[in-house]
Amino acid sequence: MAYLDHAATTPMLPEAIEAMTAHLAVTGNASSLHAAGRRARRTVEEGRETLAAALGARPSEVVLTSGGTEADNLAVKGLYWARRDADPRRTRVLASPVEHHAVLDAVDWLATHEGATVEYLPVDRHGRVHPDALREAIARDPDSVALATVMWANNEIGTIMPVRELADVAAEFGVPLHADAVQAVGQVPVDFAASGLAAMTVSGHKIGGPYGIGALILGREHTPVPVLHGGGQERHVRSGTLDVPAVAAFAVAARLAAERREEFAREVGALRDELVAAVRAVAPDAILGGDPVERLPANAHFTFPGCEGDSLLLLLDAAGIACSTGSACTAGIAQPSHVLLATGTDPDLARGTLRFSLGHTSTKEDVAAVAGAIGPAVERARTAGLT
Amino acid sequence: MTQTPPQRPRTQPLRVLAAMSGGVDSAVAAARAAEAGHDVTGVHLALSANPQSFRTGARGCCTIEDSRDARRAADVIGIPFYVWDLAERFREDVVDDFVAEYEAGRTPNPCLRCNEKIKFAALLDKALALGFDAVCTGHYATVVLNEDGTRELHRASDMAKDQSYVLGVLDEKQLAHAMFPLGDTLTTKDEIRAEAERRGLAVAKKPDSHDICFIADGDTQGFLASRLGKAEGDIVDEAGTKVGTHEGAYGFTIGQRKGLRIGHPAADGKPRYVLDISPVNNTVTVGPVEALDVTGLTAIKPRWCGTAPEGEGRYTAQLRAHGGETEVTASLADGELTVAFAEPVRGVAPGQAIVLYDGTRVVGSATIATTTRRTAEQGATA
Repeated sequence: MAYLDHAATTPMLPEAIEAMTAHLAVTGNASSLHAAGRRARRTVEEGRETLAAALGARPSEVVLTSGGTEADNLAVKGLYWARRDADPRRTRVLASPVEHHAVLDAVDWLATHEGATVEYLPVDRHGRVHPDALREAIARDPDSVALATVMWANNEIGTIMPVRELADVAAEFGVPLHADAVQAVGQVPVDFAASGLAAMTVSGHKIGGPYGIGALILGREHTPVPVLHGGGQERHVRSGTLDVPAVAAFAVAARLAAERREEFAREVGALRDELVAAVRAVAPDAILGGDPVERLPANAHFTFPGCEGDSLLLLLDAAGIACSTGSACTAGIAQPSHVLLATGTDPDLARGTLRFSLGHTSTKEDVAAVAGAIGPAVERARTAGLT
Repeated sequence: MTQTPPQRPRTQPLRVLAAMSGGVDSAVAAARAAEAGHDVTGVHLALSANPQSFRTGARGCCTIEDSRDARRAADVIGIPFYVWDLAERFREDVVDDFVAEYEAGRTPNPCLRCNEKIKFAALLDKALALGFDAVCTGHYATVVLNEDGTRELHRASDMAKDQSYVLGVLDEKQLAHAMFPLGDTLTTKDEIRAEAERRGLAVAKKPDSHDICFIADGDTQGFLASRLGKAEGDIVDEAGTKVGTHEGAYGFTIGQRKGLRIGHPAADGKPRYVLDISPVNNTVTVGPVEALDVTGLTAIKPRWCGTAPEGEGRYTAQLRAHGGETEVTASLADGELTVAFAEPVRGVAPGQAIVLYDGTRVVGSATIATTTRRTAEQGATA
């Protein structure tokens, strides 16, 4: 099978599996005071230090969560509540329209239930938010902004955002900027301190770590109102007994992602370029999504005019190729991608998308499999048309 | 015409698209197709633009829960599974048609319409384009392959479960790509459930769905009222004398007795039934039960399962999904079918489908346009 859906989840690294399994057999609640607890706490804190080092953060800035979705919710809702509590005028939330649903739906919820006014920042045709657009939106009424949230790199089309420049703009006005960096880690340099961000979301299973763990990297001056209340773990920002084996494995994966990033980007980027060339050779009208240059090295996103992405997915799946339409699902029903719609793509066109995302196990054979299957698949899908 | 004995489908593996509603029948059908060695892919048709999260009672379908049930069944069978959004086609071809038919005073059967326009048209066309050979459903009916390569649709082996009526709209080309693995089942529904249980399918105990899938609460009148609004009009007797009022003629079905809300009894004290619905002057005519007796009908838009019959022929006919058989003589002229019943039948409404059978073989179907009443000496009323 050619697995080309690493952006959905990527196989765990052997080193991470080793770290995780080694700790699964060890008992200890990291909050306990006895020897077993101390041993667990040591594992957690060493993991936190490793994570911090890999992400350019301080250990105290690492708030462990159950994954990217929770970290996004904590950042968006928690910072909104805290900033509004401090000044009730702050009800504006500025968000890019190409965010993952973990951010979009959290922001929508704030609008529906917490009196937030959500403003979607304009993006260019590659899905990028320009710093001037953020400046314009904040400057219109700086005192009313609770927070801004713009992802580091887009999960569907792979476009990389100018995070540093955006953070500079936000900082000028004292507005906290959150970035979902789930897809960026391991592919582009991610240095929290250098980024100027207030908060940043990372996830374990996208970088070869385990499922069910992630972190919000949270500047020390920010104290979001918790989403989960309880035992007061994680700076009282995120309660809940820590998953010690997962923390250990996540830390290993993050360290290796940082150590191997340049080599990975080079190698997987070359494979990706091969894949793009192979697809274009048989489907010359395929449109490459996202920024042609400023993009994730492992991402290849295409729109095939006249085809339904679902049809292509089915045909490639039958040919042993795992990829994604990259669009959001409601009960498995394909909707035109909100990311493509935000970039001004025609809604019919936006239904014909496929995302190939490569990873650490990708090979030339995977690319060859796509090269062999994509032509007939596109032909058939085009015959089937849009229903 | 001679009837060939039912044969099993071809044995070479086919690429089969199994329509999976989330119910037990379609799950067992997909499992049987896979077990027979076919290369099966499951697909759940999303037919509602705003699906409910959960099923309520035995009614409705296409909820997110149904989709999950279908997916779970596909996972257990070990076949790929996808959800296809056919909500727009379904709304245009089935729901809007259903409303328009009622508005015109007729009584449509949306299940036939769905089989004709969605399952064995929109779905089949897409399946064929994507390289599938057949669409498989959980209907109880049998496809017979003749030696000359033609195909026939027959009633299910077990008449009690037979669903050939709702498939009577399929032509031979559609039949050529249809697979009904439950058709030769001689077992009871309980045994189908037992088979599902044995196969590890969690839908084994799921209640059967009834009624019209897109009217989740079963309130057809309420559904129509929400689409068509209130249109007050007269209820009259056979002589044309006003006996009551209604809030929309479309809300009535020929043969209906309940819900007329006529304040006073008929002169003879007998119950009154809906005899006729006239959308033009928004009038509902009521009368005694005998007046419902129909001796013949005309039907339009015939669809033949094979070649159209010539001249007058004797058939058995079925007029409702769960109705019995009745002996008829039928002839076709200028695309219109004229049918005479051997014995009068009751409760026949324009808009319903008549399906003609030769023994167990489906000959064809047509949509009832007019009926001839025994007591209406001047002939057809519609």
